[in-house]
Amino acid sequence: MSGLIWGAIYGLAAGMVISLAAFIGVWGERKIAGRIQLRYGPQELGPFGLLQTGADTLKLLLKEDITPAAVDVRIFRVAPLIVFAPAAMSLAVIPYAYGFAPIDTGVGVLFFVAVPAISVVGVLLAGWSSRNTYATLGGLRAAAQMISYELPRTLSVLPVVLLAGSMRPLDIMDAWQWWWIPLTFIGFIVYFIASLAEINRVPFDLPEAEAELVAGPFADYSGIRWAIFAMAEYGGLVAASLFGAAVFFGGYLGVPGALGVIVFVLKALVIALLMLWVSWTFPRMRPDQLMATAWKVLTPMALIQLVLVGAVISWL
Amino acid sequence: MSETVSGPVFAILAFACIGGAIGMLSARNTIHAALWLSEVMLAVAGLYLLLSAEYLAVVQVLIYASAMSVVVLFIIMLTLREREGPVRMADFSIGGGILAGLTGVILYMALADRGDRISAMPVEPSGTAALGELLFGRWTLPLEVAALILLVSLVAAVWWSREVDS
Repeated sequence: MSGLIWGAIYGLAAGMVISLAAFIGVWGERKIAGRIQLRYGPQELGPFGLLQTGADTLKLLLKEDITPAAVDVRIFRVAPLIVFAPAAMSLAVIPYAYGFAPIDTGVGVLFFVAVPAISVVGVLLAGWSSRNTYATLGGLRAAAQMISYELPRTLSVLPVVLLAGSMRPLDIMDAWQWWWIPLTFIGFIVYFIASLAEINRVPFDLPEAEAELVAGPFADYSGIRWAIFAMAEYGGLVAASLFGAAVFFGGYLGVPGALGVIVFVLKALVIALLMLWVSWTFPRMRPDQLMATAWKVLTPMALIQLVLVGAVISWL
Repeated sequence: MSETVSGPVFAILAFACIGGAIGMLSARNTIHAALWLSEVMLAVAGLYLLLSAEYLAVVQVLIYASAMSVVVLFIIMLTLREREGPVRMADFSIGGGILAGLTGVILYMALADRGDRISAMPVEPSGTAALGELLFGRWTLPLEVAALILLVSLVAAVWWSREVDS
């Protein structure tokens, strides 16, 4: 029974962490986007516009929770949670400090790539249950995109698993060596791009595509339910950068104690900043380019990386 | 059942499993049925987890629960050409009843005759590495044949959906 209670506590903690990350992330993203596009970003509310997100959160919470008349009510209401829960769960297997991951499991790496796959169902259902063509098209696009990019994403993490000889994140951290960085760099690039696609950020935000699909699956959502979708996206961003920092860049290694956690979070922050930078620099892709990138560029790259690591291991 | 399995958790998961299956069978809307089915898949993954079969549980989530999105895609592609609700018929015909009865009898016979029941839980759950050694040692040939069949079907899918120039 205690397992259930711990699970509930963990779920609450993960929800709060993601909310906080989204709170700071929205502000940071606006500031960075502003700088990239030669603007200032928010600056009126609080120092450096820090309280802007607070005002926005308040606005979202106070908005009416609209359920349009024609929607499939039950699915429409539950879809945001189906998208959010896997994002929160994937935070659980990340090794945060020496010998500590909230869920210490022997299949952690697989868990990390498998569980977010559930959110595809949520996005698809959100689009379908809205009962409008734009939303359904957006849902279909999201499904095609996320299913395609799952493969290179999974393959990109495999070389590290091979090198460590274990799928348990803590074992990977124990076995980690600095020369893995150059060796698995192609893998990291594939992981980075596939993660961007997996969380629907800008070069890959075809499912939302405001100009063509009026926000796609999220078109009919308002207020808190829309905010849950946005938070799931930030949760995915946080989880992807934390996991990338741990597996590809050694996370907390080399620095003892609580300082190690700070170093780990800083490394993840650099990856997250890179993701924002990419989002605000490149234009949206076309659907055919998107599919070609996944199947003709990223998957072969990941396979080459896998063969490379396999050759190095046999030579060691 | 051995002492290592937590009773309340098993009860919840078993209820979710059977309840989801009943929900799936009774749902008239095909998308609702798909959603119920994915709930059953997740509950089964939970049961695997309860038995310390972590790898099996995660693979169950990866392959079955998330592949529900593909099922939903098929439903939208194949049945929702018109914007009507995707309602299916309830089939109470004699033929359907006989088919269901036969399936039940076959399942019962298959399950009841198994002599090698597991009497006790193993002390230490065998890990992913042991499973991998078994797959690539004793069962290499079936594994490779299965992989080949999947590859052939993948090539066939690409061939079917290729762009025809002429």
